[in-house]
Amino acid sequence: MLLRHTTSEVKEREGLTINPAKTCQPIGAMYAALGIHGCLPHSHGSQGCCSYHRSTLTRHYKEPVMAGTSSFTEGASVFGGQANLLQAIETIFSVYDPDIIAVHSTCLSETIGDDLQQITKKAKDDGKIPEGKYVIYASTPSFIGSHITGYANMVAGMAEQFTVSTGEKKDQVNIVAGWMEPSDMREIKRVAKELGVKIVLFPDTSDVLDAPQTGKHEFYPKGGVTIDELKSTGDSKSTLALGYVSAEPAAIALDKKCKVPFETIEMPIGLSATDRFIVALSKAGQVSVPAEITAERGRLVDVMADMEQYLYGKKVALFGDPDHLVPLTEFLLDLNMKPVHIISGTPGMKFEKRMQEILERAPYANFKNGLNADMFLLHQWIKNEPVDLLIGNTYGKYIARDEDIPFVRYGFPILDRVGHSYFPSVGYTGGLRLLEKILTALLDRQDRDALEEKFELVM
Amino acid sequence: MAANYNFPDPSVIKEELINKYPAKVAKKRSKSIVINDPETIPEVQANVRTVPGIISQRGCSYAGCKGVVLGPTRDIVNITHGPIGCSFYSWLTRRNQTRPESPTDENFITYCFSTDMQEENIVFGGEKKLKVAIQEAYDLFHPKAIAIFSTCPVGLIGDDVHAAAREMKEKLGDCNVFGFSCEGYRGVSQSAGHHIANNGVFKHMVGRNNAPVEGKFKLNLLGEYNIGGDAFEIERIFEKCGITLVASFSGNSTVGAIENAHMADLNVILCHRSINYMGDMMETRYGIPWMKVNFVGAESSAKSLRKIAEYFGDAELTARIEAVIAEETPKVKAIIDEIRPRTEGKTAMLFVGGSRAHHYQDLFSELGMTTIAAGYEFAHRDDYEGRHVLPSIKIDADSKNIEELKVTADPELFNPRKSEAELDALKEKGLEINGYEGMMKQMESKSLIIDDVSHYESERLIELYKPDIFCAGIKEKYVVQKMGIPLKQLHSYDYGGPYTGFEGAVNFYKDIDRMVNNPVWKLIKAPWEKAGTDSLEATYGIS
Repeated sequence: MLLRHTTSEVKEREGLTINPAKTCQPIGAMYAALGIHGCLPHSHGSQGCCSYHRSTLTRHYKEPVMAGTSSFTEGASVFGGQANLLQAIETIFSVYDPDIIAVHSTCLSETIGDDLQQITKKAKDDGKIPEGKYVIYASTPSFIGSHITGYANMVAGMAEQFTVSTGEKKDQVNIVAGWMEPSDMREIKRVAKELGVKIVLFPDTSDVLDAPQTGKHEFYPKGGVTIDELKSTGDSKSTLALGYVSAEPAAIALDKKCKVPFETIEMPIGLSATDRFIVALSKAGQVSVPAEITAERGRLVDVMADMEQYLYGKKVALFGDPDHLVPLTEFLLDLNMKPVHIISGTPGMKFEKRMQEILERAPYANFKNGLNADMFLLHQWIKNEPVDLLIGNTYGKYIARDEDIPFVRYGFPILDRVGHSYFPSVGYTGGLRLLEKILTALLDRQDRDALEEKFELVM
Repeated sequence: MAANYNFPDPSVIKEELINKYPAKVAKKRSKSIVINDPETIPEVQANVRTVPGIISQRGCSYAGCKGVVLGPTRDIVNITHGPIGCSFYSWLTRRNQTRPESPTDENFITYCFSTDMQEENIVFGGEKKLKVAIQEAYDLFHPKAIAIFSTCPVGLIGDDVHAAAREMKEKLGDCNVFGFSCEGYRGVSQSAGHHIANNGVFKHMVGRNNAPVEGKFKLNLLGEYNIGGDAFEIERIFEKCGITLVASFSGNSTVGAIENAHMADLNVILCHRSINYMGDMMETRYGIPWMKVNFVGAESSAKSLRKIAEYFGDAELTARIEAVIAEETPKVKAIIDEIRPRTEGKTAMLFVGGSRAHHYQDLFSELGMTTIAAGYEFAHRDDYEGRHVLPSIKIDADSKNIEELKVTADPELFNPRKSEAELDALKEKGLEINGYEGMMKQMESKSLIIDDVSHYESERLIELYKPDIFCAGIKEKYVVQKMGIPLKQLHSYDYGGPYTGFEGAVNFYKDIDRMVNNPVWKLIKAPWEKAGTDSLEATYGIS
C-alpha cells in the first residue's frame, strides 16, 4: 500500500496538515500573470519559491514557464528586499525586454514587510522602468488562503493597476476568468463569439501555455490579454466574473475604480452552471442565444439521458479548488450521482455558503474546507464510506490505487497526463468531455470487474 | 575521450553570452563563464549569489535539505514548518524510490506533512503549533524519527525549531526529534541546504547505534538518492560482489541504517557536492576514509568497483568483482555496439546539479558523443577544479552563515580503518581517497564551463552551438524542445532510469539514441512551410 499509514479512525488535528489539498498563493499569481501578453512574472522572495512554482506549472502544462526571482539571501532578508527587486527590474528589462513585469510577494517578503507599491514606485522614479513599459504587483502572502487566493489577488491587481475609464463606454463585456485551463479560456472566447458578444477575457493563458511546436522558443508567446485590452476594461458595459473566489475580487476592483457593474457566477462547469453562464452573457451582451449553442447543450443532455443508468447513485469523492468544486458538485447531482465526500484546502465564507446551497440536494455529503481539510482526511472518509469514483488532481492517484477506485483527473496540478490544457472542461462541450471521462472510468471498471458471463459487448 | 569535435572560437561565444547584460552583470557573469583547459584548469567563479532577475534555475536551501538529502529516507516523518507551499512542492516530486522490506514496514515518502502556518502564527509565533503538529504526528504514526524543516518565515519570526525538537524528543521518549534551520534564504542555492542537512544527520542520527554489522567488506554509499531506482541497481551490483552496504545517504535508506553507518569501513561518495561534508566528518570522528566513485557509466562503474577492491585489498573480493564485471560487460557491449554508430560524433551540453554534469559525461563518452559545454547549478569551485583548490576558496558572507561543525575524534569509536601509509599507497595507485579531481580535468580544451547558467545564456548557447542534446531539468525541458532540440532531464530522468551501473548504462544508451534520432524533430515544419522542392510553390506552381 502506498498510503499504508492511513487508517479509518478520524481524529481532530490542530497542528498538522497531511497531504494538503491546496498550495500557496504565489504560484497562483505566477499563473495569472502568464495570462497577460508580453508579461514576465516575478517572484519577490527566495529563489526556491520561483523554482518550485515554475517546476510545478511546467509539469502541469509541459510548456516553458518563464519567471524571475529577487533571489533573496540572508542579507536581503534582514535589510529588506528593495535593492534586490530594483536590480531584478533593471536586469529583466535589459535582458528579457518584457512589456510588463508582474511582481508578486512571498511569505518571506511579506514577513519582513517589503512594500511592493513603494518599491515599484521607486523603480519608476529612478527611471528603471523604460518608457511604455509597466511593473504591476500583487501582495500574495503564502500564510493566507491558498494558490487560488494568489490567483485572485494578481487578477485583481491587473484590474486595479491597468484599468482606466475614458468616459466613453465600449460595446464590450469583461469576463474575468477564474482559475481555469488555457483550453477553458479558449472555449469561453469561442462561446462568446458564437453568441456574438464582444468580450475582453482576462487573464488569458491560451496561446501561452499551449503554444505550438515551431522550432523556435517564443519567450513571449502570442497569447495573453494585451495591455490595451486590459486598459479598456474600464470602459466596458459590464463585467462577468467566473468564480466567487478566484474571479470576483477583480470584478469588484473594476467596479470600484471605473464603476463597471458586475455579476459573479460560477465557472461554467457542467450543465446548470453553463446554463447560468449563457444566460448571463447573453443578457450582458444583449443578444439572443443562437441555435448552435442550444444544440451544444442538447448534445450534452442527450448523453446524460442516454447513459443515465451507469451514473445513477454512484458515490463520488472529490477534492480541489472552490470555483471548480461548486459547479462540479452541482453537475454530479445533475447526473444523478452522489457526491459524498468533498475537500478543499482553500478557506472562504462565500465558498462554504455556495457549497452548502448546492448540498441542500445532498444532505448526506461530507464537506470540509480550509485548515486541516486535507487529502489525509478525505482518504479516511473514503475508508469509512467507500466511493465508486474519485475526482481530483494527480495526487489522488495514490488513494485511487490503494483503495482501487476509478479516478478522473481534474484540477491542479495534473502532473502525469496531458489533455487538460488542450481540451476544455467548461461550457457544454467541456461538460461533455467531463462526462465522457467519468463514464469511461466507470465503464472501464465495470469491464474489468465483470464476471465472464456478465461481460457486455454493448453498453 | 569521444570523437574529435571542432570547437568554434570559445572567446567569441563567451562574448555573445554576456554582451546583452548591463555592464556590472556582464562583469560578474564573465567570471563564471570559463574556457576550459584541462592542463592548467582556470578558476571558475561558483557558489556566489545569483543576479536578481537573471532567470537562474537554482532552488533554495530548504530544497537542498529536505528535498535532496532527508527526503529519500522512508521512515522519517519530515514535517515542514511553514506556510503550505514548500511542503507541497517537495511532495513526491524528486522520484526517490524506496522499497520497504515488508508490506507493513514504515514508509512515509508518499506523505506530505506541514504545519501550514497561518497569519496568526507569523505574528504570534509558530512554535506552539509546531509542537502540536509533532505530537499529532507521533500519535498517528509512532515513527522512529521526526525531522522539522524551517521555511523562510520561521527564521525571521524567531521560532526556535531546535528547542521545540529537544522538548518534544524528551517528552515523547522513543522518538528522535530534530530540526533543521534550512530557511530558503540561507546561502545562495540548494547547496547551503545540503550542508545544513549533513550537519543535522551527523549530529542527530549517525552514531546512535553501535551494534556490529555482519560482513567482510562494509561500506556506505554517500550522495546517492535513488532517483529512478539508481540505488537499487548499485545495491544489486554490491550484493553480487559480496559488498555489504551498511547505509545509503540516503536513497532507499532507513533511520536504523543511518544510525549504524559508522560501523562501515569505507564511505564511497557519488554526489560530491551534496554529501562531502559527511565524508569528512565521519573520517574525523570515526576514522572511516572516503573515496570518490562514479556509478554513472558502465566503464565508470567497473572502474569504481575495482577501486573498492583495491581499497579492501582482498584477493577474493578482487576476483569476485572481476567476475561480476566480466559477466555484466558483454550485455552492455552488445547494446552499445549496436547503438553507437547512430550517436557517434554527436554533441551534448549538460547543466545540472553539483555532480551530474560531470558524471553523465562518462555515459556520453561511451556513446561517442562530445560534451561541448557543461556547468553546475549549485556547485562550488572544488566540484569544477578539484579539491586541491579548497584552501584557496574565499569564504564570503553567504557561506559564513552556514554552520561548520567542529568535529573531533570519538574517544571510543575512533578507529582509523587504514594507516596514513596505507592511504598514501592507495592514492599512489590513483584512488581518489578523500579527494576529487573535479569536472574540468576530464573535459576537452576549449569546451565551455558555465556556473549557474542563466536562461538567456542557455538559449544563446543552443543557437550558437546547436547541440544534439541538452541535459538539464524540468524548467528548461520544454524551452529547449521548443527550439527543436531534445532535452534529457537529469534531475528526474524524464521519469525513466535507473541510469547507474550496468543496467542503467544500457537504459541511458537506449534513451539517448531514441531522443537524438527521434523522427519528431524532422516533423516540426509543415509541408507548406518548407523551402525547396517540397514547398507549395514548387509543387503547385504558385507564384
